[in-house]
Amino acid sequence: MIDNIDLSLVDWSRAQFALTAIYHWLFVPLTLGLSFILAIMETIYVKTGKEEWKRITRFWMTLFGINFAIGVATGIILEFEFGTNWSNYSWFVGDIFGAPLAVEGILAFFLESTFVAVMFFGWNKVNKKFHLVSTWLVAIGANLSALWILVANAWMQHPVGMVFNPDTARNEMVNFWSVLFNEVAVDKFLHTISSGFLLASMFVLGISAWYLIRKREEQIAKKSILVAGVFGLLSSLMVAYTGDASARTLSKVQPVKFASMEALYDGKSNAGLIGFGILKDADKKIGGKTEKEFAVKIQIPGLLSVLTGGDRNSYVKGLSDLISGNEKLGLISTSEKIQNGRYSRDVLTTYKNARLNNDSSKVDSLKKVFNDNEFQNRYFRYFGYASVDKPEDVIPNVTASFYSFHLMVILGFLFIIIFSVALFLLFNGTISKRKWFLWIALLSIPLPYIASELGWLLTELGRQPWIIQDLMTVSKAVSRISTGSVITTFILFAILFTGLLISEVSIMVKQIKTGPKH
Amino acid sequence: MKQYFSFIKRLFHFYYDGFRNMPVWGRKVWLIIIIKLFIMFVILKIFFFHDFLKTNWPTNKERTEHVLDQLTNSSDNHDRQH
Repeated sequence: MIDNIDLSLVDWSRAQFALTAIYHWLFVPLTLGLSFILAIMETIYVKTGKEEWKRITRFWMTLFGINFAIGVATGIILEFEFGTNWSNYSWFVGDIFGAPLAVEGILAFFLESTFVAVMFFGWNKVNKKFHLVSTWLVAIGANLSALWILVANAWMQHPVGMVFNPDTARNEMVNFWSVLFNEVAVDKFLHTISSGFLLASMFVLGISAWYLIRKREEQIAKKSILVAGVFGLLSSLMVAYTGDASARTLSKVQPVKFASMEALYDGKSNAGLIGFGILKDADKKIGGKTEKEFAVKIQIPGLLSVLTGGDRNSYVKGLSDLISGNEKLGLISTSEKIQNGRYSRDVLTTYKNARLNNDSSKVDSLKKVFNDNEFQNRYFRYFGYASVDKPEDVIPNVTASFYSFHLMVILGFLFIIIFSVALFLLFNGTISKRKWFLWIALLSIPLPYIASELGWLLTELGRQPWIIQDLMTVSKAVSRISTGSVITTFILFAILFTGLLISEVSIMVKQIKTGPKH
Repeated sequence: MKQYFSFIKRLFHFYYDGFRNMPVWGRKVWLIIIIKLFIMFVILKIFFFHDFLKTNWPTNKERTEHVLDQLTNSSDNHDRQH
């Protein structure tokens, strides 16, 4: 244990968590999406009775099984890290995190593990309809499992439905439904699962394209492209729609992140949406931090105002408004939030000391302060600001936020085009001859993975320095352990996960080369 | 009761046959799963991932005091641009 926090400890702990989460997320979205594609394919088999659809389903089920098995339990490592590296955070979040994760564990275990066995072992042993129901339940169960972890993450972005108990130093859930239907959670869940559907569709499209390039399994490949094309196009439209809803919610609940991802420093009406831009350092500064400006940009005038506020005259808040405050908009400055946060910390310190000294009258009077709505809404909601030194410290890395967001959006539009072209070529019967498109489809397999990881980078980097928005900073959350042990486990994880990834890819490539069984 | 045992027996055979007739890729991924779980729960959990609060403070009261100290300590205001 070390007494004063070492900055490299925070950085290494963050790097370790990021590494684990990024690797974990390489496996999850394919499971989420491919499970539904399997369910659709098997439904066609049961409806039509054509054996070819059974072969198609079983082939993709093999690839699903490999991904599922390699990825299973990699998320548990994140829970290890919560207890070891992020103990202050884990304690502070109390049952807010525990309840959704417990539901996730139970759902994942009973729904997935039971029905996954029927999916793989049940062919020709249970009747067709029961098998089909099992496949659908695996798909629904996998996606419901994701719901709970996303609810927990959404709470960190927008903490609601809880009250802080100063006696236990923990947040206690007072309204489960507020936590579950947190507007960030709803957007996040729909956006995340639809991005998983899209990713799996691109996976199926790309591998089917490879069969067509090699002039193998033509009928199976074309039928797979039909399912992947339709499902992928619908999913990519849903990703765009839910992404827009997510951004609108962000502009309300995490306006600093929103302004950062648009690199918007000066708020304005009739704000344009940046379609493409390259950032450079500007001459201006916010506090001690250099602003960014566009070296090149293509923007659609007024669209950002329309998307966030419904009309062109709607005012979009910039980072300057959010840091310096804006009386007209009713925005208080970050300096005032820091003062309010420090006041709430002082109250908590006095309460803690009064309790230690058994000063019951002081404890009672301070408890009344804690339970007062004015204190909660004006001061304690900014508790985390107590550990912020300078107002500009609440601005995340604008460059990383801007590029991760815009690259993700550009890729999102590219996916709509790819699925549309795939369906067009399939329906006019020329897809096998269009080698250029088949290669594009094959080489596009990694792109949804990149887009999905960029989305998470934006989510997590864009809300820095917070681990829980406005309530706890990352450096307050970290355990005071030795940096050396974090570096050791970082290296171990890098080796373990890389090994798992190589195993998955090699087993999968072998199965793809073998192809569907006759 | 007889029906219950018959169900258990059928369930056992369902899994037994499933594992016995597993294709080569299935055996490979099961081997990977076992190795992975061993590394996670036997090596990582036991040697590297102790519960920090439970290990250092035996009671909830002490853990609470520690976290309160951390939350109210103003000496490590190190939040900055990341």
